[in-house]
Amino acid sequence: MDVTIIAETTADDLHPVTSQLVGAAITIGGTPTVLCPGGIGAAAAASISGVAKVIGVEGDCFETFDSGAWAAALNPLVSDGVVLAASAPSGREVAAQIAAMRGIPIIQDATGLEGGITVTRGIYSGKAVETVSVSAPCALTLRPNAFDAAADGGNADVSTVSQSSDVGVAVREAIAKVSERLDVSEADIIISGGRGMGDPANFTHLYEVADFIGAAVGASRAAVDTWGEIPHNMQVGQTGKTVNPNLYIAVGISGAIQHLAGMRSSKFIVAINKDPDAPIFGVADYGIVSTWEAALPVLKSELSSLLSN
Amino acid sequence: MTIAVLLKQVPDTTAKISVSGGRVDESAVSKWSMSPYDEYALEAALQLKEAGEGDVVAITCGPARAAKMLTDAAAVGADTLILIPDDGVTDSTHVQSLLAAAVKRSGSDVVLCGKQAADTNGGSTGPGVSHLVGAACVGMVSEVSAGGDGFIALRASPTGNERVEVPRPCLFAFDKGTTELRRPNVRGIMMAKKKQIETVTSDDLGVTIGASSVSLQSHSPPPVKPPGQKFEGSDSVPAVVAKLRDEANVI
Repeated sequence: MDVTIIAETTADDLHPVTSQLVGAAITIGGTPTVLCPGGIGAAAAASISGVAKVIGVEGDCFETFDSGAWAAALNPLVSDGVVLAASAPSGREVAAQIAAMRGIPIIQDATGLEGGITVTRGIYSGKAVETVSVSAPCALTLRPNAFDAAADGGNADVSTVSQSSDVGVAVREAIAKVSERLDVSEADIIISGGRGMGDPANFTHLYEVADFIGAAVGASRAAVDTWGEIPHNMQVGQTGKTVNPNLYIAVGISGAIQHLAGMRSSKFIVAINKDPDAPIFGVADYGIVSTWEAALPVLKSELSSLLSN
Repeated sequence: MTIAVLLKQVPDTTAKISVSGGRVDESAVSKWSMSPYDEYALEAALQLKEAGEGDVVAITCGPARAAKMLTDAAAVGADTLILIPDDGVTDSTHVQSLLAAAVKRSGSDVVLCGKQAADTNGGSTGPGVSHLVGAACVGMVSEVSAGGDGFIALRASPTGNERVEVPRPCLFAFDKGTTELRRPNVRGIMMAKKKQIETVTSDDLGVTIGASSVSLQSHSPPPVKPPGQKFEGSDSVPAVVAKLRDEANVI
């Protein structure tokens, strides 16, 4: 079965999730062709084991993100089997446009895939799981870090194709992020604070711990809605980001159902809360009944001595 | 010109979701609400209306209960309410064709919607509808105003945010923004009760709902985690850190 993978790229390289797309394609018995929008990351894609061929798709239309224009340029190169893309903002939009162009069904944000094709995915932001079956042709986007990456060591042929399409979106102004901190959706470790932190200024204690272990700092909806200083892009939960890091540390977060929906699939969860009955302890692997004022300094010094050994 | 806003009624984000017999039990949902991202799309549509861009047509594809959500939209200022019954709808392709046909019928050249619904968590509707109506699509939007050759939108980008210009026809898929959502006043609620909801079927729209290769096998509750270990007091932090290193292997 032909599988066309729309590579996920950064500004100048292949995003590592692309290897996971290749791994998933092989799982369902596919022979993957990787399309690299803008030609970015073609050499890196060719070195992923199992890739049959790589097509660098070049053109002016890839200079600005316009999902309709990208899809129109990529679609002629898509084969009739399964289209795979990453469940990231750009991948989701482009895959949905390609599906609409081809009149094929699309299933977004799959977390499990079996030959056949059976797709598992979270619904209601993870409060339930659905299993659906679908047959090719179809488009699927896959949640980052939910699938094993294919190994390196491939040596696929790379070709380059020039495409053009009409771009409707023009960037007038780029506004850089206020901080250069790691985003919660990209992090292996997240430490999040809730309204129990008492004051947004106290988030500096979370940042100090985060800096020791290379973590991103997140927040509960209550913290974001209560304090304007905490931006929405830090919010973890049903109306924020759904995350699945290796380690999630919840500090002063009671564990409202919306929050649990966004973080319960984390591999390990540590909760620090002074209320022994807080619902967050229900999903925590390790719960610490303590105020953050008492616990965070100890956590910081422990991590510090651990990392200096 | 009119402004189309696509809305979906979903279980409130505070509602528990229970599964019985392999299906989510909708009758156990305590409260149904407008999908949160759609609320931001509706707010932006109302702001465009106030700026003189036209009346707001609120369109939903759903069961009869979704009428309540359309009335809620009218209470804050939606002018025309359209309910497309979701009979026979099984995949996103169906929803997209129905909504696109309703947008065309409304004559709108700007469409606003949420980036994804809070129940299915898909996010295919906006981009799909934009293709079907021939509109440029801008996702992850938090603000829109008229300007340039059409509209100026603020959207999230990998490096922060960017302000983009897009000509008509266009579609904006909204993320949660910092915009304060308006609440209905008593007069709005009274007026909305009298507002008629137009039911428009797939036949009315000339859309044939075809077969789909997508079929639901089952719903299930999220995997249950074995109960964790609980420790008392900050003195236990070193023990937990040791476990994270030795048992969990995550630091």
